[in-house]
Amino acid sequence: MDLGKQDPVTGRVTTGHEWNGIEELETPIPRVVFFFLGAAFLVSVICWFLYPTWPLIWTYSKGLLGIDQRVTVTEQVERATEARSVWTAQVLDKSYADIEADPALMHLVTETGRTLFVDKCAACHGVNATGGPGFPDLAAKAWLWDGEPEAIEETIRVGINSTNDDTRTSQMLAFGRDGILPADEVGDVVAYVRSLSGLQPAEGDAARLDKGRQVFADNCVACHGEDAKGNKDVGAPDLTDANWLYGSDVQSVFSTVYSGRQGHMPNWGAKLSPLDIKILTLYVHTLKGAEN
Amino acid sequence: MVRFVSGLTVTERQVALVVLLALSLIGLAMAAAGRGDPMGAQGFIVMIFSVGLGFAVMSGYYAPEPDESRLSRYYDDPTKVGIVLTMIWAVIGMAVGVWVAALLAWPDLTFDAAWASFGRLRPVHTSGVIFGFGGNALIATSFHVLQRTSRARLPDQFTPWFVLIGYNLFCIVAASGYLMGVTQSKEYAEPEWYADIWLVIVWVAYFLLYLRTLARRKEPHIYVANWYYMAFILVVAVLHIVNNLAVPVSFAHAKSYSLFSGVQDAMTEWWYGHNAVAFFLTSGFLGMMYYYLPKRAGRPIFSYRLSIISFWGITFLYMWAGSHHLHYTALPQWVQTLGMTFSIMLLVPSWASAGNALATLNGAWHKVRDDATLRFMMVAAVFYGLSTFEGSFMAIRPVNSLSHYTDWTVGHVHAGALGWVAMITFGSIYALVPWMWKRQAMYSSRLVEVHFWLALAGTIVYVFAMWNSGIIQGLMWRTYNDGGTLAYSFIDSMVAMHPYYIARAFGGLLFLSGAVVGTYNVWMTIRAAHAEAAAGETGADVPIAAGSGAMQAGE
Repeated sequence: MDLGKQDPVTGRVTTGHEWNGIEELETPIPRVVFFFLGAAFLVSVICWFLYPTWPLIWTYSKGLLGIDQRVTVTEQVERATEARSVWTAQVLDKSYADIEADPALMHLVTETGRTLFVDKCAACHGVNATGGPGFPDLAAKAWLWDGEPEAIEETIRVGINSTNDDTRTSQMLAFGRDGILPADEVGDVVAYVRSLSGLQPAEGDAARLDKGRQVFADNCVACHGEDAKGNKDVGAPDLTDANWLYGSDVQSVFSTVYSGRQGHMPNWGAKLSPLDIKILTLYVHTLKGAEN
Repeated sequence: MVRFVSGLTVTERQVALVVLLALSLIGLAMAAAGRGDPMGAQGFIVMIFSVGLGFAVMSGYYAPEPDESRLSRYYDDPTKVGIVLTMIWAVIGMAVGVWVAALLAWPDLTFDAAWASFGRLRPVHTSGVIFGFGGNALIATSFHVLQRTSRARLPDQFTPWFVLIGYNLFCIVAASGYLMGVTQSKEYAEPEWYADIWLVIVWVAYFLLYLRTLARRKEPHIYVANWYYMAFILVVAVLHIVNNLAVPVSFAHAKSYSLFSGVQDAMTEWWYGHNAVAFFLTSGFLGMMYYYLPKRAGRPIFSYRLSIISFWGITFLYMWAGSHHLHYTALPQWVQTLGMTFSIMLLVPSWASAGNALATLNGAWHKVRDDATLRFMMVAAVFYGLSTFEGSFMAIRPVNSLSHYTDWTVGHVHAGALGWVAMITFGSIYALVPWMWKRQAMYSSRLVEVHFWLALAGTIVYVFAMWNSGIIQGLMWRTYNDGGTLAYSFIDSMVAMHPYYIARAFGGLLFLSGAVVGTYNVWMTIRAAHAEAAAGETGADVPIAAGSGAMQAGE
C-alpha cells in the first residue's frame, strides 16, 4: 500500500493521497463504532421480530407480539369509554336537578364541561363564557331563550338561525333600512330604549322620549313586550337590563334598529353526542359569572 | 457585472444571450397565457429577470475576450457571486423567519393582508433559508471544492453561471409565488409544476457539470467531499422529480394536482421531505465540512476508513427513514416500524461523521479556541451530532407519540438548521471569502467573533424555548382528568406556549443579527479587495500547472 508520511500528533500514517493540502489518516475504524452499529442492528432485528415490519408479496410480517395499531387504538378507546361510563351513565340517566344536587358528579361534569366548552364554544362565547359583541354573555344569565336546562339543551342541539329543521329562529327587523320607520323615528325609539335601562342620555334625548315611547308601542312590543322585558319564546332580549348584545352606545343601538340583527349559533346536535350536549348544558347552567 | 461578463468568451456571451432570450420568451408566454392567474405574474417575473440579465450581458458584450492564461486558473467568478447571494438569502430568509415567529406570538401582525398571512410567509422562510441560503452556499462552495480537490478547471464558463443563476430564478419564482398563494401544499416542495420543471433542467446541468469536471481531474482519487456533493446533487434530483410528479390543470394555470393521493401521497412527500434533510441539509454540508474544516484546522482527516463507512451508512440508511414522519397515521404499521428501525441504525454513521470531524481537530484545539471561523465549524459538528441523536430518538414510535405535531419537532429542525447547517456555512464562508478575494483575512475578525456568539446564543435560546414548549404541549395534549376527559383544551396549550414563542422570536432575532453582522463583514472584505485592486495592485493568480506545492497557503 502506498502509505504516506507519519502525522506527528497522532502517530498515524496518512493514506498517501493529498487534495490541495488535505490529507487523510489511515486510522482504523474505532471498535466502538462497530459495537454500536451491531447494537443498533440487533435492536432493529428484535423490533422486526416483534412488530409488523417487512413487506411480503401479498401481506407483511405480522410480528410475534401480534400488534396492530388499528386494533390497539380501538381497544384503548373502548377501555376508556368503559372507564368513563362509571359516571357518564349516571349523567345520561339522571335528571338535571338530580345531577346538580350531586357534588361529586358535578365535579366530574364541570371538569369535562370546561374542556368541551373551551374547545367548542369559546371561539364565540369566550374562554370564560362572557361573550363579546354579537355573542351573548352566558355567565350573566341574561337568557335570550329560556335559562332552564332543558331549554339550554335545546338551544345547543338545534342552534339559532341554523340549518337544522327545528332551529330556533329569531330576527330583529331592519326598521330603517327596509323603510318601516323613517330615520328620525328610529332616532326617537333609540333614545327611548336607551332610557329604559338608565343609560346616560345623549344630547336632545329628553325631548324625543315621548315620541320614542309611541314608536316603541306601535312597532316593538310584539316581540319585546309592553314592559320591554323581552320574550324568551322568540329570543327577544330584555331591553331594561344592563346586558347589551350589540353594544349600548347610541350608534350601536341605532345600527341595531336601523339595519336589524340576526345572530347565528350552529346546531351542535349534528356534531356532539347527547352525552356531551348534556354535560355542556350542565356546565353552562351552573356557570358562575365574574361578578356573582 | 461587466467584470464577470468580460471573463466569458464571445461564444459563451452569445450562448448566454440566446438562453436569456429564450427564457424571456417563455416568461412572455407565461404572462400572456396566464392572464388572470398567478402564472401571469410569475411570467412577468421570469421576463423581467431574464431581460435584466440580458442587458447586463450586453453591457459587457464588446469587452475584450479573456486570454488563454485563464485556462491555467480556477474559475471562481460564480463562487464569488454565489457567496454574496448566500448572504443575501440568509438575511431575507432569516428575517422572514423572525417575522413568522413573531406572528405566532402576536397573530394580529398580518395587517389583514393575504400575502402577510402565516401560511404564505412560512414557506418564504423555509424555502428562503433551505434553498436560498443553503442551496446557494452549496453551489458556491461545491464549485470551489470541486476544482481544488480535482486540480481541474470547470470545463466551461457558461454552465456554472447557468446553474447558479438558474437556481436563483427558481428560488425567486418560488418565493414570489408563495406570496401570491401559489403552492402545491407539499412541505418543502411547495413550488408549482413550471418552477419544478425549470429546477430539473438546472439540476441536470449541475450534475453534468460535476461529472465533466471530475472527468478532467488530475488527482487519481476522488476526495470525500465530492462524494457527498455528488450524493447531494444526484439524490435531490431523484427526490425532486418523483415527489413533484403532477398534472397541471392547464398549461396556462399555476395549479397542478399530484400524481399520488391519500397515504401514498403522504409517504412520497415524507420520503422526499426526510431525504431532503438527508441529502440537501446533511450530505451537501458534510461535503462542505470535509473540505473547509481540515483546511482551516491544518489537520489531516482523522480516518479515511471512517469516512467510507459513514458515507455509505448515511446514504443507504437515510433512504428508509422517511416513514417516521407518519407514525400513528393511516400509513400501515409495518412501514412505520421499518422507518423507526432504520432511523435508529442511522445514528451510528451520523455520529461517526461528527466524530470524524471532531477527531480531525485533535492537534488543532488551540486554533478552535482562538479562531471563531474554525469554532463555527466545530460547533456545527457538535450540533450535527446532537440533532442526529435527537432525530433518531424522536423516530422511536412511543417517543414520537409525545413529540409529534409539537414544537419539539420545530426545535429539532432548528438545532439542525441553525446549529449545523448555518454554522458550517458561516464557518466555510469566513474561510472562503479571504481566499476568493485574495485577502489575508476577513475585514474584521472581531465581527466574526461577534457573529459566532450571536449565532450560538440565538440557537440555544431558540432550541431550549422549543424543547420546553414542545414537551409541555405534548404533555398537555395527553393529560386526562379524573373523569377520563382531556384536562386541557387546545387554547389552554396555546396560552402555555406564548412565553416560549416570544423567547423563540428573540432567539431567532439574535441569529438574524449575527447573519447581518456577517453580511456586513463579507461586504467590507470585498470592498477592501476592490479598493486595493483599483489602486493597481493585482492579486496573484495561482496557476494550476504549478501543482499543489505552489498553492497559496489558504487555498
